[in-house]
Amino acid sequence: MALFFEVTLSLLKGFGTTCSIFGLTLVLALPLGLLISFGTMSKFRPVKAVFKTFVWIIRGVPLMLQLFVVFYVPGFLFGMPIASRFVSTIIAFVINYACYFSEIYRAGIEAIPTGQTEAGEVLGMTKWQIFRKVIFMQVVKRIIPPMGNEIITLVKDTALARVIAVTEIIWRAEQFTSRALIWPLFYTAVFYLAFVGALTLLFGWAEKKLAYYKV
Amino acid sequence: MSFLTVKNINKSFGSTEVLRGIDLAINKGEVVAIIGSSGSGKTTLLRCLNFLEIADIGEISVDGEVIFASDGTRAFSDRELREKRSRFGLVFQSFNLFPQYTAFENLTLAPKLKLEERVKKEHLAAAERKAELARITARAADLLEQVGLSEKRDFYPCQLSGGQQQRVAIARALMLSPDILCFDEPTSALDPELTGEVLRVIRSLKNSERTMIIVTHEMEFARNVADHVIFMADGVIEEEGTPDEVFGNPKSEKTKAFLAVDKG
Ligand SMILES: Nc1ncnc2c1ncn2[C@@H]1O[C@H](COP(=O)(O)OP(=O)(O)OP(=O)(O)O)[C@@H](O)[C@H]1O
Ligand SMILES: [Mg+2]
Repeated sequence: MALFFEVTLSLLKGFGTTCSIFGLTLVLALPLGLLISFGTMSKFRPVKAVFKTFVWIIRGVPLMLQLFVVFYVPGFLFGMPIASRFVSTIIAFVINYACYFSEIYRAGIEAIPTGQTEAGEVLGMTKWQIFRKVIFMQVVKRIIPPMGNEIITLVKDTALARVIAVTEIIWRAEQFTSRALIWPLFYTAVFYLAFVGALTLLFGWAEKKLAYYKV
Repeated sequence: MSFLTVKNINKSFGSTEVLRGIDLAINKGEVVAIIGSSGSGKTTLLRCLNFLEIADIGEISVDGEVIFASDGTRAFSDRELREKRSRFGLVFQSFNLFPQYTAFENLTLAPKLKLEERVKKEHLAAAERKAELARITARAADLLEQVGLSEKRDFYPCQLSGGQQQRVAIARALMLSPDILCFDEPTSALDPELTGEVLRVIRSLKNSERTMIIVTHEMEFARNVADHVIFMADGVIEEEGTPDEVFGNPKSEKTKAFLAVDKG
């Protein structure tokens, strides 16, 4: 029993780190993704090309590799002091997820009929007002299911931080293997499942909440 | 002196010339019906008047003031276009109500945003802002009543029939009191039994202050309600005149053919 408590406590600490990676990534990548989506939809060709290429690279390379790049390359190339493992993780995750999110935003925005924008325009609204007051909530409603998917993937991707020795939950569980304990590793599944379960409920609730209108 | 004067509007998409020298002269309070076969450029003309498309060449004046003049060399900023648009209103074939807002909110959204801008720019006092808000609300209620939808004020577009949605859209277009209200086939997306209620509303809007341009396939309606009828073909005004002239005694062969098919 004492062992079980010891393991649980350690995993809980790790799970705290997992949640921090998740929460920070989400809070930063959601708005950044929107900005990137604006870039990829820019009418100014060079801007569009730059953003599209960036998204292509980030989505085309494993996140694990990006973690290594963010963690090692600044020191290696420019002699900069290595940022903390946690900060490196957040930088890599935010950039990576912002790119995925940007594609979801783009699909969502492009799916809104142009008639909505035009209706706003003939009513004398500015482009920004139209986006904020007309388009945005319709986009939100459309993208909840794909965002939900991506966000659930993020929960599990946090485990990748282990490759640069961030002490998230899987890393903690692995420490017990040196004591010939393998079950803590499987025990982590309970934490993930609970977290993902809660998120699933949350997204279901949000979908219901927005069911009063159709887009 | 006509209220709306349009001179030599030309508009191409790529190499397709869609409008080829359109001239209009419309008096205040006049109702003009535009008819013509599919692809003749009717929608494009209305879109040019509302600056959703920018005419390549041409001039548009309202009430003696030139609000748009282009020889094809100059680009217009969003800000300028917004200014120009304020003279016109447009009711779309597909309504384009904002789905996440109730009927009432669809009416008040744009005026409220405009008020907020004024509050910021002119530092309106709180009391004045409140009075303006009350004015907006009262006007929205009036207009919903006028289109017969007072009971539906808190309904979302998806809870309304097509005819009701279009009536809300008409009320919304009237909120900012445009000088010239344009309709692009306002009943084409509706089931036949719902066109009547919308046409009735449009007819009821006719008054000496309100200038309206209505693109329509409802010949009966055009004949009965319009003061002036324009027949468009291939990007030009092929024939125009009073309803009796155009429908009763068409001169152009194209008009005759079009009207004959329509009687079909
Ligand atoms: N954005 C666009 N790009 C390219 N061509 C266009 C565009 N908009 C309209 N056109 C073309 O311009 C022509 C006139 O179109 P328009 O929609 O003005 O016709 P219309 O008279 O309103 O027809 P309908 O009765 O079918 O509504 C058509 O040949 C159409 O294909
Ligand atoms: Mg049309």
